[in-house]
Amino acid sequence: MAATSSEPLGRGQRHSRFSLPNGGYRAILIVGGAIFAALVIWFLYSIVNQSRPAFSTLGFSWIFQKTWNPNLKKFGLLPFILGTLETTAIAMVLAVPIGLGSALALAYLVPQRAKVLLGTAVELLAAVPSVVYGLWGVIALAPLFREYVEPFFSSTFGWTGLFNGADSGVGLMLAGSILFVMVLPTMVAISRDVLAVVPKEQVEGAMALGATQWQVLRKVVLPEARAGLLGAFILATGRALGETVAVALVIGNSDYIAHSLKSPSATLASLIINNFGEASGTELAALFGAGLVLLAIGLTVNSVARALVRRSGSSGSVASVAVA
Amino acid sequence: MTTLSFDSPADPILERRRQIQGIAKATVGRRKTYSRVAIGICWVFLVIAVIPLVAVILYTLAKGLPAWSTGFFTQPTKPEGIPNGGVWNAILGTVIIGAIATAVTIPLGLLAGLFLAESDGWAAGAIRFSADVMTGVPSILMGIFGYIALVRTFGYAGWIGAFSIGMIMLPVIMRAGETAIRGVDPHLSEAGLALGARKFMIARRIVLPAALPGIITGALLAIARGVGETAPLLFTIFGNQYLQANPTKPMEALPLVIYNYSSQPYADLIQIAWGAALLLMSAVLILNIGSRWLAGFLQRERR
Repeated sequence: MAATSSEPLGRGQRHSRFSLPNGGYRAILIVGGAIFAALVIWFLYSIVNQSRPAFSTLGFSWIFQKTWNPNLKKFGLLPFILGTLETTAIAMVLAVPIGLGSALALAYLVPQRAKVLLGTAVELLAAVPSVVYGLWGVIALAPLFREYVEPFFSSTFGWTGLFNGADSGVGLMLAGSILFVMVLPTMVAISRDVLAVVPKEQVEGAMALGATQWQVLRKVVLPEARAGLLGAFILATGRALGETVAVALVIGNSDYIAHSLKSPSATLASLIINNFGEASGTELAALFGAGLVLLAIGLTVNSVARALVRRSGSSGSVASVAVA
Repeated sequence: MTTLSFDSPADPILERRRQIQGIAKATVGRRKTYSRVAIGICWVFLVIAVIPLVAVILYTLAKGLPAWSTGFFTQPTKPEGIPNGGVWNAILGTVIIGAIATAVTIPLGLLAGLFLAESDGWAAGAIRFSADVMTGVPSILMGIFGYIALVRTFGYAGWIGAFSIGMIMLPVIMRAGETAIRGVDPHLSEAGLALGARKFMIARRIVLPAALPGIITGALLAIARGVGETAPLLFTIFGNQYLQANPTKPMEALPLVIYNYSSQPYADLIQIAWGAALLLMSAVLILNIGSRWLAGFLQRERR
């Protein structure tokens, strides 16, 4: 890469000769890093500080109480923590097999030409704004769920007790399904990157020993990429946990613990966004506290994922940094 | 070897090999069927994955295109029942907020990215780690942050929306910038050092130009991510049904229009929401495709 060789000699002299001593340059860089560090600290401090009143008036146990009723001064977060975990679980139960299968197909089965095209398409889909998915969910999918999907599940799997209640369209099922569609591109894009860097020698070695195509994928590729795949899974989980507007539009927003997959529910993020407008005093502090809980879950999930993806050594292109 | 062992008593290794070959031959049919089924399932999953994603895009296209009229692009949002409503105020808001966020975060992100690329100490490690983690922080928290830190003092304003969006973009630009800068051949900057150039000159004349394709890709992807965010804006810019180009006042933005209108029962407002969704999606996809194209183009120019 000859970055400057094509420029005519002396061209540099037409530019300004402004320069900085090495110390000054270094100082400016440090300032850049320090500003970011300061922003992060300010961010953490703001959220912690503003949710403190909730902890001091309600005690630590309020997080796990199950009643949210601002009129009674009860701000239990349990229904929302459960809602967050349940929607995420539905999304990941769907996203793991489908995402992994697609990533395997994209990395090893699809012909070269289609590989680039489909791979780009997947990365592009990861960029579609979440509110667009939300709009699609509430306008297009909710009626579909109400008329076909929910009645089907009720009549087929009603005996499990998971599908009691009215077919309303919105609820845990729809929210989980929308999250599934949203995290799928992330899941596929990162898994594909991780799978594609499995050393060729190992794949070819297994093939030379007479392993079938699936045996190669199952016994060589998947175990080799395990840490990175786990990282992809956790990153996608983190995205599902924190998704706000799309979920708020399709989950039905109920303050009670859901007893069926068709029940309306709420997540920490949808609770905050729906109640933020009218909240004040302890309720506002409780909402910031819900944000803090969400942050704690998100930070844990993310740091674990980063560590795993980094250990698998597949921090490749600029694009993959941005997709993640 | 095999000729030698022809008459000798059973060679254990040869025996073992025969045994393995026997098993392999006996199971090959089963293994092949199994493999075909499993590979088939992978293909089916790929198709299942593609269907909803294609459906979102086609549905948005089909519902959004009819909403695109001259009025859609030139009129501000109007309450339901009043004809010829548009999203001009939201387009303007999204562009202004995106521009402010970009103008602040790109230089800052590049400085911090250069810092990360040139440092290996514990401080750089901590900053790198927090940048990584910050990219995964739910965006709603950046909205809450903007609200707590700035809205309470200054009131709802477009620039605070830009601040919250910038908090989402900054770590992406930093890490993408660092990756791009680290990708520059160290010989280039060593050559500069050998010529006696100062580090500032090397960064400005050698490293940054060489890393430009990666930096531009990262920046455009960050912008695409930033302008599509809804939750941070709900806490910071409040929304404004009138045309407002002053970023110190409450503003409207495309994601807000989509979010607010999608829960409305009125068909005309929902159509506006689809039009806005198509516009936002196109903008984000164009930024994404553009960044890839530009990066490829600059790379080719170099050669």
